[in-house]
Formats: sequence, structure tokens, C-alpha cells
Amino acid sequence: MSVDPRADVGWCSLDYAPPTMTDLPLPVFGAGDDPGASFSDLLRRRTPHLLPGSALPTAGGDATPHSPLGIPHGTTIVTIRCRDGVLMAGDRRATEGHTIASRAMDKVFPADAHSVVGIAGAAGPAMEMVRLFATELEHYEKVSGGPLSLEGKANKLSQMIRANLPAAFQGLVVVPLFCGYDRRQERGRVFRYDITGGRYEEADYATTGSGGVHARNWIKAFWRAELDRDAVIDLSLASLFQAADEDSATGGPDLIRRIYPSVVIVTADGIATVPEEELAERASRLVDTPALGGPRRVQAETEPSRAPDGAGVTTEVPR
Amino acid sequence: MSMPYYMSPEQVMKDRADYARKGIARGRALVGLEYLDGVALVAENPSSSLNKIAEIYDRIAFAGVGRYNEFEQLKISGIRHADVTGYQYSRDDVNARSLANSYAQLLGQIFTHEMKPYEVEILVASVGVTALDPNRLFHILYDGTVMDEHGYSVLGGNAEAIGDALEGQFSEGLSRGEAVRLGASALGKPDDRTLEATQLEVAVLDRGSGRRTFRRLPVAEVAELLAG
Repeated sequence: MSVDPRADVGWCSLDYAPPTMTDLPLPVFGAGDDPGASFSDLLRRRTPHLLPGSALPTAGGDATPHSPLGIPHGTTIVTIRCRDGVLMAGDRRATEGHTIASRAMDKVFPADAHSVVGIAGAAGPAMEMVRLFATELEHYEKVSGGPLSLEGKANKLSQMIRANLPAAFQGLVVVPLFCGYDRRQERGRVFRYDITGGRYEEADYATTGSGGVHARNWIKAFWRAELDRDAVIDLSLASLFQAADEDSATGGPDLIRRIYPSVVIVTADGIATVPEEELAERASRLVDTPALGGPRRVQAETEPSRAPDGAGVTTEVPR
Repeated sequence: MSMPYYMSPEQVMKDRADYARKGIARGRALVGLEYLDGVALVAENPSSSLNKIAEIYDRIAFAGVGRYNEFEQLKISGIRHADVTGYQYSRDDVNARSLANSYAQLLGQIFTHEMKPYEVEILVASVGVTALDPNRLFHILYDGTVMDEHGYSVLGGNAEAIGDALEGQFSEGLSRGEAVRLGASALGKPDDRTLEATQLEVAVLDRGSGRRTFRRLPVAEVAELLAG
């Protein structure tokens, strides 16, 4: 009778099946299953319920192109390339239908030390996407020992927007802008996206959100190469003012409540947020200076309006 | 017919521990020291690209000695653990103690259940939010033993001699430069060497440097600190 020599070698034998490592709190993966430096792949393997969109109904239901839900939407973001890098600015308003949901929402977020993402669209999914994106960049940097290239970051964001496509078809559209300082090419770069994850690098500026088209026209008229810091901040504030002037979902500088657009500048040295006092000063100058893009005073002393038959209907208060 | 053989559990554990200790003793040592504004990690490491010290999270650093592939894998597990926890809850909910516990669990499991124990010792260091909030130095051995150390911690070969060198000279409230100099001199103490900046890997968790407190010091800066 032959006996397997491994059959009875005590508890240190090879036949003893240790608990699998995935039972442990620390995530350890086999070679074929390792998510590498990607944080989303890690979530997919370990905690898939944390991935954005995981709670969405997957099939059936009435997909409506416009969100019927009363959820906040963010509006206008602009990004402009300048001499030392690139600027991103956003208004502070969020709307729920025709209601103002927030007057002081921040929609421009640093993604890492040299890039910034600004969000327009359904605020909840957008903020979740930004948080995942920022974690993704930091995770990659820590696991692999160095940051992604700017191109790599822009592509990663594109994949995340594409992953949001089912939600977009149900009305939860997220369309961010992305900009950063490319340390390899030593210049600022701007990217815009569509809901399918299409990624478009723009030469000099890009805008998104409901007031984006108005802001873009203003920037288009006044952009020039070699904008310095002062000029590019003023241009961004003016473009947002113009957007707010035309689009009800975009908030202008609120001098009464002291709420101003959020403005950040990315240069080779990293990200600098333009301080509130400086924005306050620039915004007050803007609203007093039509030449900068501020409002023209409306002439109040027009003729009293008359009915077509000239019957003498007057707006004057009778005495 | 072959005889089934018996090995006493004591013998098995002792053999494994000896095996792990031998592997660790072959590697170069590393020290972690608290200073006034944070924690400095100083490792003898001639390679400038294969690191022994790494950032885990905003206030937490990892350092390992022994087999590179093993502590590198532990480092990545720690980063994953911390990033998932921080993403799931909040950045404030990631702390060094729970991470050290998880490491201890994993290393303990591997030590008892795997064919080969890990030949590593690791340090999980964290810096307090304020000067009153204590820093942490969790020193974890190949078998999952955790030691909560204060002031300084020594890992790797010659740890005893290096610890002796530090014991007399370490004091609370060192400046960053003093801490790095002390760490470098202690690492060279056992065989009376003077370590140059290029032979060292130095990183700090600096309380004052914003959200991410971890910073790897470039060689030029280390040389400057060593020069005093």
C-alpha cells in the first residue's frame, strides 16, 4: 500500500488551506487580479458599490433626456490659457429647475498639485466624479511613485465621463472642464469634454455650462496670447459677468453678500487660489467699468410708454 | 514505507523566526525620529529609485526594511486600504493605529500559515494634527508583533547598536536638521562610517505642510541638512 508522504505531516503541511488573503482587512490581490495603480479598478474589485452610478437602475424605466428630479445643477465654468499657465474660474450658483439651490457653491476643484477640474451639470454625480478623480490621481502617484502626465490625467477623466453615460441618458449629465500645467511641455493646457467622454483639447480657452456660450464669446473677443495674471483674472471675471447677464442659471458677482466667482491659477509652481479680497476688489472695479466688461447703466428717463392708439396710457404715478 | 514525521510547533516557529531575522539582518537599517514639527524617516539606501520610505496618506508614512518585493507589496496594500477608507468615509477617518493593526493581522497570518514568512520589518509613522496631538511610531515585526514606540524607532540589521547610539543622544524637541543628522550618524555608528547624502533616503511628515504632510527630501537638501 502506498502512502502519500504529504498525507500526515502535521499542521504545517502543504495541504493545510490558509484563510485566503482577501478575507483580511488589508487588500491583497493575486498576480492576475491585481488592480495596479488604478483606484477605480481597486474599487471595482473590492467595494463595487462605491463606484459612481452603481445604484442606478440598469434597465427599463422611462429614460428622460431632461432630469425630472429636483437636484442641483451647476452652471458656468471657464478656463483660459495665460502667459504663465492656465486659469479656471466658475460662478457660484447652483439651480434646481428655476429655483436657486445655492448661491455659494464651489465648482472648481484642485485635482492634484498641477491640475484643476471644474464641473457643470448635475452637482451630486459631478462632485462624486471629482472626488474619485482626485483620489485616483493621488492613488496613482503613491502606488507608482510619480504623478501621471497631464495627458494621462485628461484621458482618465474622459474614461470616467464615459462611465457616467448611462446616468447621462437618465438626465444626470456631467460635463467637466479640465486644465493643468504640463510640466513636460512647460505650458498650460485646457480640455473640454462631451457626455460620451469625448475629449477635446482647446488651444487657448474653453467654457462649459448653460452660460458657457456667452462667456466664450466674451473671451473670444478679448483673448490674446501672453495674458498676464491681472489681465487673465479680469478677463475671466468679465466673461462670467457676461454669462450671468444673459443666463439666469449663472450667478454674477454678488457684492451684497460678498460672494464672488472662484478663480484658481495653475503655473509651474502649482495651484494658487485667487484670494477673496482680491476678487472683491476686482469685481467692484468690474461692475463700475463698462470698458472692462461691466454693465452699462440703463437710461431710466425714457419716454412714458403709450398704447398703440396713443390713448395716453402712462406709467407715471397719478398724483 | 516512509515514516510520517513530526515537527514540534516550537521548532517550526523558531525556524521561521530565524529565517525571517536572517533575511532582515542582511538588509540596511532605517530609523524614524520625532522632531519638533513632525517625524523624520532616515534610511540607508544607495538606490535613488527603489524606495524604502513611502507616503501612505495625508499624515501617514510607511517605511520597510528587508526584502524589497515584500515590503513594497505591503506598502501598496496600505495605500489601497487607506485610500478606500478615506474615499468611503472621510479623510479624517484614516489613522495609523488601524493601519498598523491590519498590517499586524496580515503579517501574523503569513507568519503562521504560509510556507515562508515575510522577511520584513515595517514602520507605520504618523504625525499629529497639532503639537499636542501625539505622533505615532508603530514598529511591526515579521510575525505581526506591533510595538508602539516613542521618540525614535530603529528597524533592520544592527538595530541594537543603532538604538544604543540613539539612546544617549535623542531628546525631545529636535529641529528637522538635528533629527536628520542624528539619524544619519546613528545609522553609520555600528561600523564607524559617515554616511553621505547620496547613501541616504530621507523623508519627513511635516505638520506645517498642508494636507499632504509627506515630503521626500531631495539629495541636495539632505546634503545641506547634514552639513548643518
